[in-house]
Amino acid sequence: MNRRREWLNTAPSFLWLTVFVVLPVLVIFAIAFRPTLGGGGIGDGWSLDAIRSLWDFSYLELLSRTVWISAAVTGLCLLVSLPVAYAMARMTPVWRARVVLLVIVPFWTNFVIRVFAWQQILHAEGWLADRLRDLGILGENDRLLGNAFAVILVSVYTYLPFGILPLFAAAEKFDFGLLDAARDLGAGALRSITTVFLPGIRQGLMTAMIVIFIPMLGSYIVPDMVGGTDSQMIGNKIAQRNFGDRNLPQAAALSAALTLLVIAPMFLKRKKNEA
Amino acid sequence: MTGHLIFENVTRRFGSFTAVSDVTLEIQKGECFSLLGPSGCGKTTLLRMAAGFEKPDSGRILLNGKDITALPPDKRPVNTVFQNYALFPHLTVRQNIAFGPKIAKWSKAETGREVDRMLNLVDLTAHADKKPAQLSGGQKQRVAIARALVNKPEVLLLDEPLAALDLKLRQRLLVELDAIHDEVGITFIYVTHDQGEAMSFSDRIAVMNKGKIVQTGPPAEIYETPRSSFVAAFIGDTNFIDGKIIEGTGQAFSRCEVEGLGIISVDNDQPVKTGDKVYLSLRPEKILLSSLKPSAAPLENIISGKVEDVIYFGSHTRYWVRCGDWRICAEVQHRNFLLDEKPPTWNDEVWLRWHANDAFLLDQYREEDEALLTLPETP
Repeated sequence: MNRRREWLNTAPSFLWLTVFVVLPVLVIFAIAFRPTLGGGGIGDGWSLDAIRSLWDFSYLELLSRTVWISAAVTGLCLLVSLPVAYAMARMTPVWRARVVLLVIVPFWTNFVIRVFAWQQILHAEGWLADRLRDLGILGENDRLLGNAFAVILVSVYTYLPFGILPLFAAAEKFDFGLLDAARDLGAGALRSITTVFLPGIRQGLMTAMIVIFIPMLGSYIVPDMVGGTDSQMIGNKIAQRNFGDRNLPQAAALSAALTLLVIAPMFLKRKKNEA
Repeated sequence: MTGHLIFENVTRRFGSFTAVSDVTLEIQKGECFSLLGPSGCGKTTLLRMAAGFEKPDSGRILLNGKDITALPPDKRPVNTVFQNYALFPHLTVRQNIAFGPKIAKWSKAETGREVDRMLNLVDLTAHADKKPAQLSGGQKQRVAIARALVNKPEVLLLDEPLAALDLKLRQRLLVELDAIHDEVGITFIYVTHDQGEAMSFSDRIAVMNKGKIVQTGPPAEIYETPRSSFVAAFIGDTNFIDGKIIEGTGQAFSRCEVEGLGIISVDNDQPVKTGDKVYLSLRPEKILLSSLKPSAAPLENIISGKVEDVIYFGSHTRYWVRCGDWRICAEVQHRNFLLDEKPPTWNDEVWLRWHANDAFLLDQYREEDEALLTLPETP
């Protein structure tokens, strides 16, 4: 009886996940083992060609770059989000609602258009670059656009709400009296933040980290639009295999590898928890 | 001034609201001092200024003669026990208590020894490795006390520490707290709105109302000789009687005419002269209530009335008796088993008797304080 109810309760989400997550992922995995037919076709039968193509040292560099850019974006997002979330949690409810609105408002403009806007802002002959050159901060041949800096800056901008909102949700439930207690027991202002506030919003930090880091690993629009050759990420390579080379099995193999990379730590953690 | 902790003309405003208004207070070393008052009277703000969480708008706070007004909380040799405990939920009981020593960089051995001593003091050794969420309210409060005391503060500030607990536990913890005070011997400042806690726990009490201290003194002095109608009504229950002095009977006593009640004898707690308007506070337990007319004696006031309201409290019963234009509350202790007594009941004719010494002349009377009484007369 209990088991049956459990089944019924989980059935909708199970069905949803199966149809929209598990099946597509399985399709991608399957395509990775198919031969390619050039021009975007997928041949019949099975082949390890696509998998073998992964054996390429340039991928390793691409992977490490993808990971460090994603990590930098995640770290910077958290660094900016923390004080914002803290301030929001301490505001009066009226101001809180206003600021939440301000955080969400950018979503009303299409993502690609916002990245285009950044292209204009960072353009080599744009106002900002001119001013920075006048001030001597930017060298005559340096560029704001087309490098890892631009990718990280624009990605931080894009993912900031995903840092602020979970941290704010956690901070809102935090008992700020605990900070008083820490100060009372001799901790300075910074120390009481690190010893009491951060552990107190641990769940929010975890959520923010996951919802920024994992999508970042697969990002390709931002590096494509504001990055250069030295700041391409795995996502760009997948897109290139897909749209440029029209080699779907290789694109699928690369996606599958990325998916496994993301999932593996979760399984390892689960194993450790069970042990 | 020579006190241990001194507030000197301290004022604190929040916007247009003055939470603490020109308070001057001197607390002695080792004293158990209570700040007592209704919610919003400024007692917690005063305590938070001693802890360093609030800065006074004007005035100074001195500890051992040293001005600590500008010191942040982490630089003051003062610790607080918070009303909602404020235990760190991610740390165990032991880690909570060791928080202060860790910040102060005590050696591992010393920290361990002192934390063990504190666990022992508050009888929580068996729960040392639990998280706060696994403890009962009383246990949490004891952790909060240990966590504050382990730092060996000069002054321990307690902000309504028992408010969230039920009555029996409150009484037991109060006794424990008293024993802890005897053992550690440091200055305690105890904020409460519960007059029972303040009376049973403190060496001295400061009664606060609307940001000001209205009276300071030992518990018995506050209770027996309240200077204002506020103190008389806020601490315990009382009857307010106003009248006019018509003649002095010697140095110590006067005759006083009370409109609608008659002429009564009063003790001259303050100098009065014929024609003065006076306000008296008469505690219910000072009045003897009987069904038979008591025999007259000098300086005994005897009046008759009719029982209007009765509330049974177990150990005693309160009667509200209509006497002329007045409604007077008297308290009867039950010494015998109730079935052996024949207690008066509604509409019974009864006699009230009290000695002139037992009513107290107030310096100050305000009609609004009548609302603090248990059963104020409804006009």
